[in-house]
Order: sequence, then structure tokens, then C-alpha cells
Amino acid sequence: MAVAYSSAPNTARRSIGKPLSRGAALALLVLGALLTVLPFYFMFVFATHSRGEIFNLPPPTWFGHNLTTNYDSLLGRVPFWRNLWNSLYLAVLSTVTTLFFCSLAGFAFAMYNFRFRDQLFAMVLATLLIPGALNIVPFALIMQAFGWIDSPRALWVPGMASAFGIFLMRQYIGSAIPKELVEAARIDGDSEFGIYRRIVLPLCGPALATLGLVTFINSWNNFLGPLIIFRSVETYTAPLALRTLQGLVNTDWGALMCGVALTVVPLLVVFAFASRQLIEGLTSGALKG
Amino acid sequence: MQARIPTVPERLPLRARWDNFQRRYAPYIFISPFFILFAIFGLFPIVFSLYLSFHAWQPASGLGSMTFVGWRNFTDNLTDPTFWQSLKNTGIIALESGIPQHLIAIPLAFAINMSLKRVQGLVTALYFLPYITSVVAIAVIFVTIFSWQYGVLNVVLTSLHSLPLIGGLFPAENINWLGNRNFIQPAVASVVVWRYVGWNVVLYLSGLQAIPRDLYEAASVDGASVWQQFRYITLPLLRPIMFVAITLTLIGNLQLFEEPYIIAGDSGGIGNMALTTVMYMYRTYNFYSDAGLAAAMSWLLFILIGALTFLNNRIFGKSRLSGSD
Repeated sequence: MAVAYSSAPNTARRSIGKPLSRGAALALLVLGALLTVLPFYFMFVFATHSRGEIFNLPPPTWFGHNLTTNYDSLLGRVPFWRNLWNSLYLAVLSTVTTLFFCSLAGFAFAMYNFRFRDQLFAMVLATLLIPGALNIVPFALIMQAFGWIDSPRALWVPGMASAFGIFLMRQYIGSAIPKELVEAARIDGDSEFGIYRRIVLPLCGPALATLGLVTFINSWNNFLGPLIIFRSVETYTAPLALRTLQGLVNTDWGALMCGVALTVVPLLVVFAFASRQLIEGLTSGALKG
Repeated sequence: MQARIPTVPERLPLRARWDNFQRRYAPYIFISPFFILFAIFGLFPIVFSLYLSFHAWQPASGLGSMTFVGWRNFTDNLTDPTFWQSLKNTGIIALESGIPQHLIAIPLAFAINMSLKRVQGLVTALYFLPYITSVVAIAVIFVTIFSWQYGVLNVVLTSLHSLPLIGGLFPAENINWLGNRNFIQPAVASVVVWRYVGWNVVLYLSGLQAIPRDLYEAASVDGASVWQQFRYITLPLLRPIMFVAITLTLIGNLQLFEEPYIIAGDSGGIGNMALTTVMYMYRTYNFYSDAGLAAAMSWLLFILIGALTFLNNRIFGKSRLSGSD
């Protein structure tokens, strides 16, 4: 993709609104936005064209009439709704378990003074520094040994208490929930878990939403994990099913694009409603770390 | 961070003693899931993979067939031309995608920072869209865009060729992006760029928005030119976030797998030109089922990542992050 490197106006700031540089900035933003959106646009356009129409000169730039044919062809090749369901099942389980264990641990790190607390928390953060590539081979071997190949457990169990999630919850609980509230509940004779369930959890709404979204998206888009674990088209998640379609000798690109669109649209919908939270959640590790 | 408030009452009735006991051990119980899971799925696998890298083992033939071979897995990798090629590919794709990402993201973040508050959120969200999209979906779309004879990209490029003045910058012929040894790496790299620009825009934007406006106002009162303001205010203050962004790009790019894997397939593309080290490791494990060799490869990559991150720290990270905890 050819991208304009030059014309970057390092000139104006918000305070100094020189019309010229403002115009240049706007032009740059529009160009960037076009390059960002176009692939999505072509995804939808191609999903409505037959294979023959996609590979034509010039390629189609407007919607065709082949959507239903593509859809039927897609379902004829892979059980795509089943694959989407597998993706959803995995994402929901990942999200629910992650929210529970991370908020519990985050609460402990934020609200208690216990021995080795800071060292243990540093350990949690240190695990974030381990490159994922190191874990690929042993992950595959361990799941083989557990007999968890082809079972979604292999993907949601290891990440139940993620370091990133604990970090996020600790930040939030430490800054948003007054310690006095916990002390008061304790004086009222509430048990420690009761405090978590009745006082802390209801107040964690925003952080839970952010962490939930991040976990869900990461699970939905995960490719390498499922690639290692799932071996039959019945257990495939949506991205794996797409990959299979693409790998066929006679790829039906229209059907494939239809599947791609079905995989991406739910994400776009979620993102439309919660883009701000998602962006903050995904980048918080980098920005607060 | 809150100050610790020691709560030690004078005398403890039984009930309070139970409460204290519960209070003392509750936090350990609450954080235990992480440590248990990490022990099983994090620590043990890593130790095991280190052990494995000194052994020859075909996983299919059971644990009994593991034989100690010393450093042979490492020397085998280091004398394997394909391994070196995979490292070279990884490095080239990392540079071809890493540098443009930041060169594009910084001006875009500037432009967003200049624009009206109303549109900032919308534009940022738009740029972030590729980052949250499934890589498989992205790669599939780009394969059609890069298509040699019928791809949108070639149609656009060759039609730009007929423009006056700047036409010479564009190819007259269709470029065989995915079938030509010289073009498959830039093709993969540009997909990575497209995917991560928005991510970096968000990082840089947050850095820019943290710079106090009155600094610029004071500088312009003192007669500093716009370029000087950029050079002496923006750049130094953006440095910490630049360091973070570059570090993340470096670590991520050295472990590149998904984009080249979908675009080029198991084969690693024409002449193995899109075979990254993680792809080769996956191939070694999955198709050659040589677990020891693959484990040794992952440690070699780990050492490389560690060394480059350390270098990056020394060169770039003098000003450590001002912890905003």
C-alpha cells in the first residue's frame, strides 16, 4: 500500500490554527481514513459477487447479486454457523472466567496488606514479559498430554486469571473504591468473599466491561491457539474455518468473503457501541505499564 | 498507592480472632488461581521446553523415546540455512513494517491532535478498526487486493502510471505481489502496517495530549518557530511513549506469525521468502514433528528478542517511564 509519507505538517498545533496546515492535516486524515476503510468496503463488495466476477478486469467496486449463492456455497463447504458458535462459546467462557478470577485477584492486590504482596504483584507483571513464541511448542505438548486436543478447555482454562486482567482490575479497584467501604463492611461482620461479592464487584462495572470486551475480542480473533488445538472442522472456530476455505484447491472467493464478513460484522457492531472502552482497555497495558 | 493503615486492636475476642485469620489468608486464596495456572501453563512448559531443547523427541512416539543430545538441536538450527533465512525474512519484514508504522502514525496522531475535539474520538476509532479485526479476515481480504492479474491494487497502480508528472513513480506493469520473490515481503509488511498504524496512533495521541499546551504558548511568545517547538518540546516529551511503542513493535514483529502464515500458507510463500522464524518453528513441530528442534529454535528466538530489547533499552530508553501508577 502506497502511503503518503511526506506532506505531514509538523507545523500547526490546535492553538495555532493556520488555515493552510489545518487543511493539510484534514487531507492527511481523510487519506488515512480512506486507506483504512477501503479493505472493509471491498470485503462487503466481494461477498456479493461470484468468484468469476471478483477476478475480472476491472474488479467490481459496487455490490452484486450473488450474496445468497455465496452464502449457500459457504455452508456447503464448512458448517460455518457451528464454527461461529464455537468461537462464541470460547469467547464467552474466556470472558466470564477471566472477569471472575481477575477481579478477585485484583481486589486482593488493591485492598489488602499482606506479606510479599508487592513481590507477588511484581511477579504477576513479570509474566507479561515472556514472549508468546516461547510457549507455542510446550503448549501444544501439554494439551496433547492432558488429552485436551480438540476441546475448547485448552484455550480458556490457561488464561482464566490473566496477568493483564489482574493488573487492570487492581488499578481500577485501588483508585475507585475507598478502603473505608471495605473496612465498614468488615465491621458489619461480612466475610472477605462477601465483601468482594456484595461491595467490590458491584462497583467494578466500568473495569469489568473494559476487561470483558478486551478478553472477548482477543478470544474471538485468536488464531494460533485454535490452530494448534482444533483438528476437525466440527470443532473449528470461525477463523480456522476461513483458513480451511482459503486452503482449498478451488477456492470460492465469494463464499470465503461471505464468511469473512460474517466473522467481522459482529466485531464491528460491538466496536461501534464500545470503541472508546475497547481502545482504552487494549492500550492500557502499554500506556500505564 | 495508598498508605498502609495498620489496624492492630488491643485485645482480641474470639470472633475477631477468626476474622483476623480469615482476613490474613483471604488475599492469598484470592490470588492463588493466577499462580496455580501460571505454574501449570506458564512456568512448567517453559522449564520443560528448556529441558526438551537438549533432547531429540518425536512427540508421537511417547515420552520414553526422548534421548539426550546435548547442544545438537542448537547447532543443527544454527547450521540450517532455512533457519537463517527465516531470521532474515523476519528481520526484513520487521523493518519494512515497523519503520513505516511509526512514520505514518506520528503525523496522523499530530493531525488528529490538531483537529476538532468532536471528531477526534471518531477518527481514532476508525484508525483502530484494523487492530481489532481478525487477522485471518484481514489477510484473506488483502490476498484478493494483491491479486496479480485482477487485484484492485494493481489496477489502481497501473492507472496512476498514466498520470502526467508523477506517473513515473508507478509501475506500468502489474506487479505479481504474492508470486514474486522481491514483492512478497513488502506485501506482507504492508498488511502488518495497515493493521498496526491505528494502534500506534492511539499511543502517540495519548502522548501528545499529555503535553501541556502552555509550553507551546510560552515558546511562541519567546519567538520559537513551529519547527523549534516541535524539535525542543514535542520530540523530547514524546520520547517515553515512542520508546514504549517501538519496544512493543519490536517484540511483536520478531514473533510475526499470523499475517505471513495466512498470506503465504504453510509453504512460506515463493522461495520461502515469507517464512518467519515462528512459522518455521511451527512447521518444525507440526510437520517435521521434531519437538526438540522446535524448542531449541524458540529459545534462540528468545535470546534474540532479549538481546534486541536490551539494545533498544540502552539506545533509546534512557529516560525511563515516569510511572503513572
